[in-house]
Amino acid sequence: MSTNLNTEKITSDLLKSIRLNKSFVLWMGFLGTALLICGYAYFLQLRDGLVVTGLGDYVSWGLYISNFVFFVAVSLIGMLISAVLGLTGQKWSEPLARIAEIIALAFAAVAGLVIVMDMGHPERLLNVFIYGRVQSPIVWDVTVVTIYILISTLLLYIPLIPDFKICYDKFDKMHPALRNIYKVLSLNWNGTIEQKKIIQQSIRALSIFIIPVALAIHTVTSWLFASTSRVGWDSSVFGPYFVTGAFVAGTAAVAIAMYFYRYNYKLQDYITEMHFDKIGKLLVLVSLVYLYFNLNEYMVPGYKLKKFDAMHLHELFVGRHALTFWSVQILGLILPIILLVFKPFRKPLPLLLISIMVLVGAWFKRYIIVSPTMEHPFLPIQNVPMNWKIYSPTTTEILITILPMILALIIITVLSKVIPIIPVQETIEHMEENK
Amino acid sequence: MSEKEEKPRKKTRREFLQNLGIVGVGSILAGSAILAGINYDRRKTAGQRVKVLTAENELLEIEKNDATKVVKASPESFTYLQKQGREGLAGRRFVMVIDLSKCRNARKCMAACNEAHHLRPEQHHINVLKMQESVDTPAYYMPKPCQHCDNPPCTAVCPVDATFKRQDGIVLIDNERCIGCRFCIAACPYSARVFNWAEPIHSLEDKDTPYNVELNVPQRKGTISKCLFSADRLREGKLPYCVSACPNGVYYFGDENEDAVTNGTTKETVRFKKLLEDNGGYTLMPELGTHPRVYYLPPKGKEYPFQEKDKEEAAEHLG
Repeated sequence: MSTNLNTEKITSDLLKSIRLNKSFVLWMGFLGTALLICGYAYFLQLRDGLVVTGLGDYVSWGLYISNFVFFVAVSLIGMLISAVLGLTGQKWSEPLARIAEIIALAFAAVAGLVIVMDMGHPERLLNVFIYGRVQSPIVWDVTVVTIYILISTLLLYIPLIPDFKICYDKFDKMHPALRNIYKVLSLNWNGTIEQKKIIQQSIRALSIFIIPVALAIHTVTSWLFASTSRVGWDSSVFGPYFVTGAFVAGTAAVAIAMYFYRYNYKLQDYITEMHFDKIGKLLVLVSLVYLYFNLNEYMVPGYKLKKFDAMHLHELFVGRHALTFWSVQILGLILPIILLVFKPFRKPLPLLLISIMVLVGAWFKRYIIVSPTMEHPFLPIQNVPMNWKIYSPTTTEILITILPMILALIIITVLSKVIPIIPVQETIEHMEENK
Repeated sequence: MSEKEEKPRKKTRREFLQNLGIVGVGSILAGSAILAGINYDRRKTAGQRVKVLTAENELLEIEKNDATKVVKASPESFTYLQKQGREGLAGRRFVMVIDLSKCRNARKCMAACNEAHHLRPEQHHINVLKMQESVDTPAYYMPKPCQHCDNPPCTAVCPVDATFKRQDGIVLIDNERCIGCRFCIAACPYSARVFNWAEPIHSLEDKDTPYNVELNVPQRKGTISKCLFSADRLREGKLPYCVSACPNGVYYFGDENEDAVTNGTTKETVRFKKLLEDNGGYTLMPELGTHPRVYYLPPKGKEYPFQEKDKEEAAEHLG
């Protein structure tokens, strides 16, 4: 952070983004149009049934479930940055906490929708609450995801309370009705020591509480698969394997968001090259752990080659899914680790490109985990149409898969237009401490 | 204030006791009148006793006047069908034995099943598979219905209790409750479940038929369907559709509690345990701990050879 900052400049820099401008309108227009197109695809699915997808009685989980796992995975980053790094006193991560929380909230909330989109009878969703059975991992998932969304909302909101007051004070030209929303949300904040203490304590308590909940959401999501006896899913490392994979996807998502916020909101003084460097290092660390779990997950059954494991691994290593499998492992994991070890690659632009590679790889990794397994049941697939033996998604299905991504982007875009993306109050305090 | 306080005192203890006496005597008189009436009624019809059989198969004798006629819910009504469908048949433990040495891949079982359950041709509650375990072992035909496991992985994962295990051993699906998450398909190691991806073929004709959970008709778009051991036929004391349709004597069906199974083609009834013992009966993938209720007899001494045209397909799954 450069030393020529003062309270006045910080406030105006960080609040500058909260206004309607042309690029925002254009971007939202684009997202809105895309949402309409994808929404029409979903309408077709509601009308005609899941027959509009490439799914069949054998591969009955495909893009949607892969997408669900991806969304839950990315949402875990909120916990990693605001809780783990926050509690361990990593001061550098503080300006990134809100970005991470926004991503966490958007992805977790949308994950719930993704799973509904996969249902044959979405209008019966309430049955899960009326007839819910504790034996079913789906009921566990619904429970922990809901709790995670609630805590993430609080972790986003509570540190915002002082900033809402600043917003109210600064936006004196804003329409009074809108301006009053900030006042209401600021809960009569006036910066007394007592109020500060309450905020600090509640953030600390939530940061601790969110760790087991975050671990739970992705562990339970992995159990949707690991609780079956299918090859490729029947694994005891699935919980930690999914959790570490989630940190890789989430860290990459934060790096991408950082880049766009830095340039679009002119935040070069706040999201500095140091931050990219640190996030790059974090990405190496989590990727190495994930690589270790990958080794366990594929090498152990690969060494024994039990009949059905062999069939499954054959398709992944040299068969129909080999291109996807090796692209994901090399371009999405191994190459990023090697590159990011070198400092020049942790500069903003190279890190952005590597992170995009990692995030795209992370999505296809979920696909590789979900669908190829279903192509290899214990009993042969016979007397059914050819396209039920080999899964290939339809265009409608792909559009419906894109829909939640657009929705998440809309939530992120709107949130970062109404709240300061870097904590204002905290930045001011730090500046004063460092003087 | 003082006036109000005085008022209650106006009613003396004496008056109160008087009132109490009147009420008491009145009640006793009325009570004895009712009692006398009931006794008179009893005496009038004494001796008219009838024998009744309880649901627990116990023969009792009661006063005819005490008996009231049970108004049965219409057997066609949805709630009645749901209730009996979820309870199952008391005291029964259904089992199926499939003799692989008899199967000629006639597929009459598949046709009868699809017809009864209004399934599309590509959906199978029962599927005759072309099997081969390893390169040097012979291929054979294997009909595969739902295994109606005693430890069913599918019912465990269902979030809404739409698929359930009944007291008679049958695993059913309630498509009025199913949310269509397909977790049960993922969990079933026998690929026994199908999903209504599109509008079912007979949905127009079936529009007004009340849903029978024991037949899973009408089928519903967006819900699971599966083999039901023809629970509707069992209620009528008949053999399942597939069992009756087989021309080759492949299927035996019966009750484990009675230790008796009947061949669907020859109608011959044999001892269940002895049939398994004499012919080396086994279950599919016992290592998964699912405890199937469908037993197989090995394809030993087949009269019908495995067809040349099917060999390639059987070998596909060798790995």
